[in-house]
Amino acid sequence: MSFLHLDGITKTFGATTVVKGFDFSVGQGEFISFLGPSGCGKTTVLRMIAGFETPSSGQITIAGQDVTALPANRRRIGMVFQAYALFPNMTARENVAFGLRIAGLPRREREARVEEMLALIRLGHLAERYPYQMSGGQQQRVALARALAPRPQLLLLDEPLSALDAKIRVGLREDIRAIQRALGITTVFVTHDQEEALSISDRVVVMHEGRADQIGTPAEIYNRPQTRFVAGFVGHLNTFEASWAGEAGVAFAGHHLPGPPALRGLAPGTPVTVALRPEALALQRRAPDDMPISGRVLDVSFLGSVIRARVEVQGRTVSFDMFNQAGAAMPPVGAQTELWFSGSDLLVLPE
Amino acid sequence: MRRFPLFASLVALLCAAFFLVPLAATVNFSLRMRRGEISLDAYASVFRDDTFLSVLGFSALASLAAIALGALLVVPTAYWVRLRLPGLRPLTEFLSLMPLIIPPVVLVFGYVRIYGTASVLPLTMSEAGTNLLLVIGYTVLSLPYMYRAVDNGMAAIDIATLTEAAESLGASRLRTIATVIFPNVRSAIMSGAFLTFSISLGEFVITSLLNRPAFGPYLVQMGQDYAYQPAALAIMAFAFTWACMALMDFFATRKPGQGLLPFLRRKSP
Ligand SMILES: Nc1ncnc2c1ncn2[C@@H]1O[C@H](COP(=O)(O)OP(=O)(O)O)[C@@H](O)[C@H]1O
Ligand SMILES: [Mg+2]
Repeated sequence: MSFLHLDGITKTFGATTVVKGFDFSVGQGEFISFLGPSGCGKTTVLRMIAGFETPSSGQITIAGQDVTALPANRRRIGMVFQAYALFPNMTARENVAFGLRIAGLPRREREARVEEMLALIRLGHLAERYPYQMSGGQQQRVALARALAPRPQLLLLDEPLSALDAKIRVGLREDIRAIQRALGITTVFVTHDQEEALSISDRVVVMHEGRADQIGTPAEIYNRPQTRFVAGFVGHLNTFEASWAGEAGVAFAGHHLPGPPALRGLAPGTPVTVALRPEALALQRRAPDDMPISGRVLDVSFLGSVIRARVEVQGRTVSFDMFNQAGAAMPPVGAQTELWFSGSDLLVLPE
Repeated sequence: MRRFPLFASLVALLCAAFFLVPLAATVNFSLRMRRGEISLDAYASVFRDDTFLSVLGFSALASLAAIALGALLVVPTAYWVRLRLPGLRPLTEFLSLMPLIIPPVVLVFGYVRIYGTASVLPLTMSEAGTNLLLVIGYTVLSLPYMYRAVDNGMAAIDIATLTEAAESLGASRLRTIATVIFPNVRSAIMSGAFLTFSISLGEFVITSLLNRPAFGPYLVQMGQDYAYQPAALAIMAFAFTWACMALMDFFATRKPGQGLLPFLRRKSP
C-alpha cells in the first residue's frame, strides 16, 4: 500500500513541458531521493507534492487522500529548502515553535515539543540565537526541526545540503537519515549529487528531462542502469563499441558474452555499446573466466583510498580504479598493460 | 606628492556654502530677537503661542495617519506584486512615481472637484471628510518614498521562500503577512515612515487648499506676520528633519532581536 502516489503528473510552464507523465509511489516510512542534473524538474515535482505548484494534469494522493487541489497550508507537509529559509525575525526556538503556534498547540505542549526537537538536532544550546548568528549547517538543522515539529505526514527536502561545505554536508546527511529512521517519516529528498542519493536512500528516482528514467535501490541503479542516461550520470563509466552476434550474444574484445533478452530481436552484426565501471577492471586475473583488454597507461592519479589510472584501449581512454593497499602498484606511465574484467560486470547499454 | 585638488575643493566649498551660509544666517537671525544680544527669545515666543502646539499636534496626527494608511496600502501591494505578479512591477513602479510628476496643486484641485459639493461622496462638506482627504493627500505625496523603501526591504529577504516555508507550516496568507513578512520589512517601513512624516509635517499646498489648521500654513502665516519667529520655526523644522534621518538610519541598520536601544541591552552569557 503506497503512502504517497503520483499518477501521470505533467507540468507545463508556458510552452515548455517541464515534467512529463511522472508516475511514482512511495511506501510509508520510505526514504526516496530524486536524483538528476540541474533543470531536470526535480524541484518542480517536489513543489507539486508540497502544493506550491499545481500539476497541469495528473493526480497526487497522500495517505489515500487526493490532495491535488488542496492548498499547501493544509497538506501537513514539512519542507526544508536549500537556502534554509528560516524566519530572520525569530530565534531558533521561535522558528521551531512557528508551526506549533499555527496549529494552536497549548503553551505547555508547545514548549515541550520545541525542546524535544531542539534536542533531536542537538542545538538546545543555541535556542536563543537568531538565524544570522548561526552557521549554515546550524541553520539547516533548525530548519529541519522546524519542519518536523508539527508532526507532518511527509518530509520534503530540496537540495538541503548544497549550500554547505563538504565535511558538514556528509555529517548532516547522516543525521537526516538517522532522524528519518527514528521518526519513521516518509521522506522525499532532492539532490543532484549521486553520492548523496546513493548513500542515504531506500530507493532512488533518477530523473532526466522531466521523466523518471529509472526507479530502484541504490545498488540496482548503480549496477544495472536501465538507460544510457542513468548509466552515464550515476558513477563513472567506460564505454566500448561491440556488436550483436545473434545466438552467440555480444561480441566484445574477441569473446562472445551472453546479452540481455532485450537484444534478442536485433539482426546479427548490429553495433551495440557495452560499458565497464572503473572498479570492474583489474590488473590481474581474479577468476578463471576473466577476460583481458590491453592498452597503454596514459596517466595515474592518486585519490587517497583509490588510485585511478587512465589507459588508452583501442584509441579510447578507459578509467581504471584500484584500492590503495599495501603491495598495490600501478604500472608506470607509458607501459603496456592488461586489464581483466568479468563477463558479469559488462553492462550492455540500451540504445 | 599628489597635487592638492584645488578646483574640486573650491567647487565643494562653494556648494557647501550655498547650503551652509543661509542656514548659519537663519540661526544667527533667530537668536537676535532681543536687540544687541544673543537670546532664545524667538524660540520661547514660538512655544508660548497656543496655536503652535495645536497645529503641530494636528500635523503630527495627520502624518501618523498617513504613515499607517501608506504602510497598509504599500506592504500588501508590494508583497503581492513581488510574489505573484512580477510582470506588473514596472507598472506599480511607474504609478508610485506619479506623485513626483503631478504637482500637488493639480492633485488637490482634482480632489476638491471630485469630492466637492456636487459629488456622490461630498467629503469636503464635513470636517472629518476633509481630514480624510488630507491624510489621503499626504499618503499619495509620500507614496514614491514609501513604496521604494518597502520594495527594497522586500528585495533584501527572500519573500517567496519565506512565504512557502510559512505556508508549509500551516500558516494562512494573512498570518504569513502579519507574522513573517511585516516584521521582516519593519525597518524598511520605518524608513518610509520617517520620510512620510517629514514630508507631511511641513506640507503646504494641499493643506492650505483644504484649509486645515496644520503646521505648513502656520509657518507661512508666521512668515508674513513676524520677523524672528519664522527663523526659529525653520531651524526647529530643520533639526526635526535631521533627527528623522538619523532615526531612519538607525532603524534601517538594526538587526532583529536588538531592542530599541541595543547598547542598553544586557549582554547574553
Ligand atoms: N515558475 C517557472 N516558470 C517557468 N519555468 C520554470 C519555472 N520553474 C521551473 N521552470 C523550469 O523548469 C525546469 C526544471 O526546473 P526545476 O524543477 O527547478 O529543476 P531542478 O530542480 O531539477 O534543477 C527548468 O528548465 C526551469 O527553468
Ligand atoms: Mg532544484
